[in-house]
Amino acid sequence: MLSYNEVYFVVEHFGYLAKALARKGSDKVHIAVLVKQVPDSDEVKMDEEKGTMVRSGVGAIINPLDLHAIECALDLRKKHGGKVRVFSMGPPQAEEALREAVALGVDEVFLLTDPCFAAADTWATAKTLAAALSKAGPHDLILAGEKATDGETGQVGPEVAVMLGLPFSTYVSRLAIEKDFAVVHRTVEDGVEIQRLPLPCLLTVLRDLNEPSMPTLSGKKKARRFNVVKWSHEEIDLSPLEVGLSGSPTRVVKIFYPKVTREGAFYKGKDLDKGIEHLLEELHSRGLLDGGKGNA
Amino acid sequence: MHRNNSSSEILVVGEVRGGILHSATIELTAKARKLADILGAKVTTLLMYNHVDRSVEDLSWWGADVVLCAVGEEFESFNQEIYTNIISYLIEQRKPQIVLAPATTSGRTYMPAVAAKIHTGLTADCTGLDIDKDTGLLLQTRPAIGGNIMATIQTPNHMPQMATVRPRTFPVPKPDKRRKAQVKYLTLPEELLKSSIEIVGKEVQEGLDVNIQDLDVVVSGGKGLKKAENFKLLEELAFVLGGGVGASRAAVDNKWISYPHQVGLSGKVVSPKVYFAIGISGSVQHLAGMQTADFIVAINKDPEAPIFRVADIAFCGDLFDIVPRLIEKIKAEGGKEQ
Repeated sequence: MLSYNEVYFVVEHFGYLAKALARKGSDKVHIAVLVKQVPDSDEVKMDEEKGTMVRSGVGAIINPLDLHAIECALDLRKKHGGKVRVFSMGPPQAEEALREAVALGVDEVFLLTDPCFAAADTWATAKTLAAALSKAGPHDLILAGEKATDGETGQVGPEVAVMLGLPFSTYVSRLAIEKDFAVVHRTVEDGVEIQRLPLPCLLTVLRDLNEPSMPTLSGKKKARRFNVVKWSHEEIDLSPLEVGLSGSPTRVVKIFYPKVTREGAFYKGKDLDKGIEHLLEELHSRGLLDGGKGNA
Repeated sequence: MHRNNSSSEILVVGEVRGGILHSATIELTAKARKLADILGAKVTTLLMYNHVDRSVEDLSWWGADVVLCAVGEEFESFNQEIYTNIISYLIEQRKPQIVLAPATTSGRTYMPAVAAKIHTGLTADCTGLDIDKDTGLLLQTRPAIGGNIMATIQTPNHMPQMATVRPRTFPVPKPDKRRKAQVKYLTLPEELLKSSIEIVGKEVQEGLDVNIQDLDVVVSGGKGLKKAENFKLLEELAFVLGGGVGASRAAVDNKWISYPHQVGLSGKVVSPKVYFAIGISGSVQHLAGMQTADFIVAINKDPEAPIFRVADIAFCGDLFDIVPRLIEKIKAEGGKEQ
């Protein structure tokens, strides 16, 4: 008799095998790109009570690193053929980000939007995206930006991969598809690590990967009337308890504006010269003005 | 309900990279000790390596009660799958209350995978950790929303409570060499060490890591620099003081200077003797990377710039007027000869 874990292992690996077999006979690479709509500037307000972001009234863009993921997917489509689909979870207005992706040339776009998805942490976001990817799949490759400019957690990508039972890599600065494998360069603190992952897999990418293109005029035209597929929790078979705030293991319990004040001297206008003298004294006292001695 | 089953343990995942014990391992072990003392818990530090440059038992000096070592060739290079397997396995075995890891490229890769596998919360890039006196829960504080606001986050109903922590966030206390830890070498189930990922190789690049973290003087520029060429001015100031050039995220995003120069939450954390913030308004994103500097000089034309609140000397004016005057004075005073 197999234990629960063993059954799970077998099922997980059978699914993996089936996915791998599905690729045989086709060199096409079907790619899913995960994107996030982020505020255009850092001028975002917080809802002090809920501890969540207020996004209304702020200009929004596709997260810059996700643009590199889209560009990479379009490049691979050119080389290998296949479809590029873009998935985003967000409020109804995130549709605009998906239309932008259409203007860049992607084939299909999916917006996961539902009031019950609101205030999701990375776990609940990943759960939602993973469910949508399962429904829409199979994909040979899933790409996402390494992190978003607003939350900067970089957690959703690896979490989605684990939930789908896929191998994954992060900080990818170079990528090549070789048969049924992805060969990636990961840019880390002290250099580059080269890894080879079997497809299907998930990769989060860095800006070094490529130079994103601008949308074309015909692309923009096409985007205006393009059908954005919209899914709520029902379409992806998740209970409202598994998503959004109720599905989130973490809670924001407090937000505050940091106070890291120092009692500094302030110089302006005619006093700037005084300020420079003051600074030179400080540099002297720290041994930084000894003709380079001690810090050469 | 998970909570009652948990032993009182804080698990620190250490880092050995290229045979060198990362200083964040010591920093996090010391921080875990402080938290564990509030909880009455023990501190266990986990290390996975093939070889390491110092005695792992030394971690006891900073508060480890147990040092767990997984040693073998499979740890010569980082493999996120194997790390995820082992850490998830140890969490199931030991049921720690809290798991901490450095927010390095490695930590930020395996920790979310572990959180997804275990089904628990994870807070990225914390700059503050504390224990809630009433509930005993871990208070995880991190800059949010591009760094202009701090958020304190809890994981109230899932175990363990997990966080990654920016290296060089917490002070490292003096070692207490009287402390002794138990060192345990792990025998791990074979299947944990299997991976679908093949490590093809590694290219260590010396030049890649612009080492502004080890300098006495860092001269950083931001949006106010207006274009890439103007960073030459900062290079000159850095040169006469024997320092290096840093940058805000805005400057790097504009491609005026490369990413290894970035100071802040999404870049490097520096604590030089003197830090110059030039044409940088001072988002928390940036402050998180430099507020521990001994002395901070800010130059900005906006009198309301938040950077002035953390500055020891604030110059309110045109940087293109002030910086050249400063360079000239420093040269005259005997700064580093050009």
